[in-house]
Amino acid sequence: MYIGLLQIYFIVPWLASCFRQSGARVVVSARTYADFTPQATFDIKKCDLHKLEEGPPLQAMLSREEGLQYYRTMQTMRRMELKADQLYKQKIIRGFCHLYDGQEACAVGIEAGINLSDHLITAYRAHAYTLTRGGTVREIMAELTGRRGGIAKGKGGSMHMYTKNFYGGNGIVGAQVPLGAGVALACKYLGKNELCVCLYGDGAANQGQIFETYNMASLWKLPCIFICENNKYGMGTSVERAAASTDYYKRGDFIPGLRVDGMDILCVREATKFAAEHCRSGKGPILMELQTYRYHGHSMSDPGVSYRTREEIQEVRSKSDPISMLKDRMLSNNMASVEELKEIDVEVRKEIEDAAQFATTDPEPPLDDLCNHIFYNNPPMEVRGTNPWTKLKSVS
Amino acid sequence: MTVTVRDALNQAMDEELERDERVFLLGEEVAQYDGAYKVSRGLWKKYGDKRIIDTPITEMGFAGIAVGAAMAGLRPICEFMTFNFSMQAIDQVINSAAKTYYMSAGLQSVPIVFRGPNGASAGVAAQHSQCFAAWYGHCPGLKVVSPWSAEDARGLLKSAIRDDNPVVFLENELMYGVPFEMSEEVQSKDFLIPIGKAKIERQGNHITLVSHSRMVSLCLDAAAVLAKEGIECEVINMRTIRPLDAEAIETSIMKTNHLVTVEGGWPQFGIGAEILAWIMEGPAFNYLDAPAVRVTGVDIPMPYAKILEDNSIPQIKDIIFSVKKTLNV
Repeated sequence: MYIGLLQIYFIVPWLASCFRQSGARVVVSARTYADFTPQATFDIKKCDLHKLEEGPPLQAMLSREEGLQYYRTMQTMRRMELKADQLYKQKIIRGFCHLYDGQEACAVGIEAGINLSDHLITAYRAHAYTLTRGGTVREIMAELTGRRGGIAKGKGGSMHMYTKNFYGGNGIVGAQVPLGAGVALACKYLGKNELCVCLYGDGAANQGQIFETYNMASLWKLPCIFICENNKYGMGTSVERAAASTDYYKRGDFIPGLRVDGMDILCVREATKFAAEHCRSGKGPILMELQTYRYHGHSMSDPGVSYRTREEIQEVRSKSDPISMLKDRMLSNNMASVEELKEIDVEVRKEIEDAAQFATTDPEPPLDDLCNHIFYNNPPMEVRGTNPWTKLKSVS
Repeated sequence: MTVTVRDALNQAMDEELERDERVFLLGEEVAQYDGAYKVSRGLWKKYGDKRIIDTPITEMGFAGIAVGAAMAGLRPICEFMTFNFSMQAIDQVINSAAKTYYMSAGLQSVPIVFRGPNGASAGVAAQHSQCFAAWYGHCPGLKVVSPWSAEDARGLLKSAIRDDNPVVFLENELMYGVPFEMSEEVQSKDFLIPIGKAKIERQGNHITLVSHSRMVSLCLDAAAVLAKEGIECEVINMRTIRPLDAEAIETSIMKTNHLVTVEGGWPQFGIGAEILAWIMEGPAFNYLDAPAVRVTGVDIPMPYAKILEDNSIPQIKDIIFSVKKTLNV
């Protein structure tokens, strides 16, 4: 009896932590693998199509393993953003902080439809993408708190995080779209069958440079998936007040488009797979509109209730939350147990706590890093300080 | 009574909207949101959709629309949420607004005000912290104004709106909430500060400090510290970047024989660089007892981490250091 308890409370979790790296899991539950449904097929919403004969499939297969992984990742994003909210209110995070909670199905669904060797670029609501593109919660949080362990060494902050094949994190609305098409041009040029996912919001969708980009991407058949994350508000302005046409998936005109339920991770994944196939087959760009919702205001300085009602926010939370939807699907199809998902929640909470602990105790960047990273591959140079007698050192 | 810079700007716009039917405000979140920084609070409620217009996030487009409206007889106030975003529209500001009166040989004027916060804020990182005073100050055909106090904000914004030329009005986010004493005279509806005239905020005999916007506060703070050591600084608040009030600076140098300029922007080809060049070329050069010197932001993109950001812009100690070096004490 005593040994049994030892197993459950010490040895099994220890074993579980050993296995975490490899992706296998030891499940602390009375049930075994054989009890769970290994795979199920779900009906998903039909996408509205623009200049397309056919769209993504109306059914999606989900394996137990995939489901648990999507759940874990979305929950990690959710908790990470909520922790950022807390740290911002404590003034440990400063400046701009644009949170993604509510939109998790988009980031996770997109990544599930492409490869890590593909490329992705987005605007400033970017913490979740930094995670899906290979960043760790620790280095993301430490970047938010401006510490040397941050993913950009504390020099970029919330809006300027980068990883391999992830081009940020961009502060100027719309500017990331031509950049994304440029990445796609390089993909085509280098011939490695890679593509670029290029994200922007409903507010950015009216930017002129986006239409210039549509034109060139189409002319030159660039392997670019344009994705409009339509969360209904561009800062404090609702879509009806900003756009003469809110059919963002049609705004590419000559570019085929899909309108996707962005709260359903399976919908997003299937649409992304469909779009990726379109690009990789040399047909040129394609546009996806993900209909999604952000629970927070535009940024931490926006309470988010002057231009929309609390009832609206509450309604989305209770009826369309992406994490709840996945959870319900898995539970009602016997693909996971309640305890199992709770355990993931506990682990996620711990990961976030550890990351926050790191992010608040790691030291700030050293002063002698101030002037570094001006130029790449450049000999060391002198940089003028605040006055002519202060000469600072800059290395690549 | 005390008035914050934000309220001074708000009241100035309110009064000018009331005074002249042709004045209107457009920009992102200026109407129903009350302004991203609440500078236009209450204006949409009072004046409605026709006079206070929320635009989509499309700077190049709405700046062009504003310039066109000015050409056709209206008097727009075009707000950039920050001047960083004006880079998206700068062609319209320079090529369509600034140069047109000249190109048309006096036929077509452009009575427009471009306003918004400029320069460093707190923790907003590289793409949101640039100072555009030097960029806009470079261009003939533009007037460029950079208020410091609430009185400056009020008087200069009114003058800018009443001016028949394109005026770039550089505010500062960190100054919005700062309260200043405002006399009865300044509160009157026709109180105007002339564009192109600097103000001496503090008299002194030993050295001239020339600055604009938030850095004026730092100069005054530095001057207070230096006064305890017997060094009396004359602090000049430029108020206008273009046209530069070189005469005020020269007159001061002829009295103090020493000059330090202080700005938040980058050093190369900047405000300080321009002032030093003017002084070299003008009558005040012979009155300098030491080379004139610039205190500026560090020549790097703005970092995010607090310790790095604090060391990227002039601090009071940098001004004090430069004054003492210049005075050789």
